[in-house]
Amino acid sequence: MAAHNNKSSLEVIPRDNEKIKKIWKTAGILLALTIVEFIMAFTMDRGLLLYFLFIALTIWKAKYIMMEFMHLGDEAKPLFYSIIVPLIFLVWLVIALVKEGTDIFMYRW
Amino acid sequence: MSTTATAIGVSSKRGIWGGGNEPLNASYGKLMMWFFLLSDIFTFAAFLITYAAIRVSYPEYAGAMDTFQGSNEYWPVPELVFNAFPFAHGLHLPLVFVGLMTFILIMSSVTMVLAVEAGHRNDKKDVVKWMLWTLLGGICFLSCQAWEWSHFIHGSDGGSLLTYVNSMNEVVKETVFGANLIVNEYGPASFAQLFFFITGFHGFHVTIGVVLLFLAFYQAAVGVYERRGHYEMIEKIGLYWHFVDLVWVFVFTFFYLI
Repeated sequence: MAAHNNKSSLEVIPRDNEKIKKIWKTAGILLALTIVEFIMAFTMDRGLLLYFLFIALTIWKAKYIMMEFMHLGDEAKPLFYSIIVPLIFLVWLVIALVKEGTDIFMYRW
Repeated sequence: MSTTATAIGVSSKRGIWGGGNEPLNASYGKLMMWFFLLSDIFTFAAFLITYAAIRVSYPEYAGAMDTFQGSNEYWPVPELVFNAFPFAHGLHLPLVFVGLMTFILIMSSVTMVLAVEAGHRNDKKDVVKWMLWTLLGGICFLSCQAWEWSHFIHGSDGGSLLTYVNSMNEVVKETVFGANLIVNEYGPASFAQLFFFITGFHGFHVTIGVVLLFLAFYQAAVGVYERRGHYEMIEKIGLYWHFVDLVWVFVFTFFYLI
């Protein structure tokens, strides 16, 4: 009896190879960006320029993960903005805390 | 209503305020997952920005790279701290192991998208297959992190000679091996504290993710979602799993590269 109940009424839609190709392409981009970061860590001098490039590449990767893997771009626009816009608060947190840290450095050393 | 598998159902009998409608064209579960993830982004961002704030309050290591010695006077260079690899004792392999962990997590994220994609097509066989791969990736990542932590706690062969205040409030000068919450051979006490806190909190998220993945894998395999008529649970757990990957991308940059 159980076997009969498990019989599916859902229709299986065949694979769309275009979609699957796009997923693997995104994966390739993510891995390539990570490898670029890796190479930069050993070939460039440590400094503000390198840190800036690291952060830019990281945000670029984050964009791919959120838009392609999490499909945030396909959601309704109000949902998209209600997730992205609050992140602006973090900009202030970065400015405030890094300033705080620099000031502590001045006092301490 | 569309004919594709979805959990969204709009009630035509009740008005907009009568309940049963899906705002923003997303089902309740997916919407709440997104808002939970938004709150989690803030938590992780607070941790990482705190890391940045504490880091800039210490001087950077200014000496030559090949004579690096850990000290609580300056912040260590990450590639000289995280340079070990299992079964390759004594070799200097900077960041190779973390690179491998990043690769594993990104790959498990890819197999997760493939599972979500198969869920959209109601393809039970593919969902089960890709969920199993994702689960494997998650377990691999956790195992790597366990090794990473164990190595970080036990430390290098030589250790570092440090002067510090111990838990009995005495100033001591001795060779320190590995790391704990009071002192570590790599850098200031807050370096190890932040390491444990940030990678630990992320590892905790991965652990929860692995439990959820197993649950979804099991339910997909026994046909729960098939009977339900849609594979939305795969999508929701997928969102969470991608978020874990997203956080790791940032942890990798801020903790291991910069």
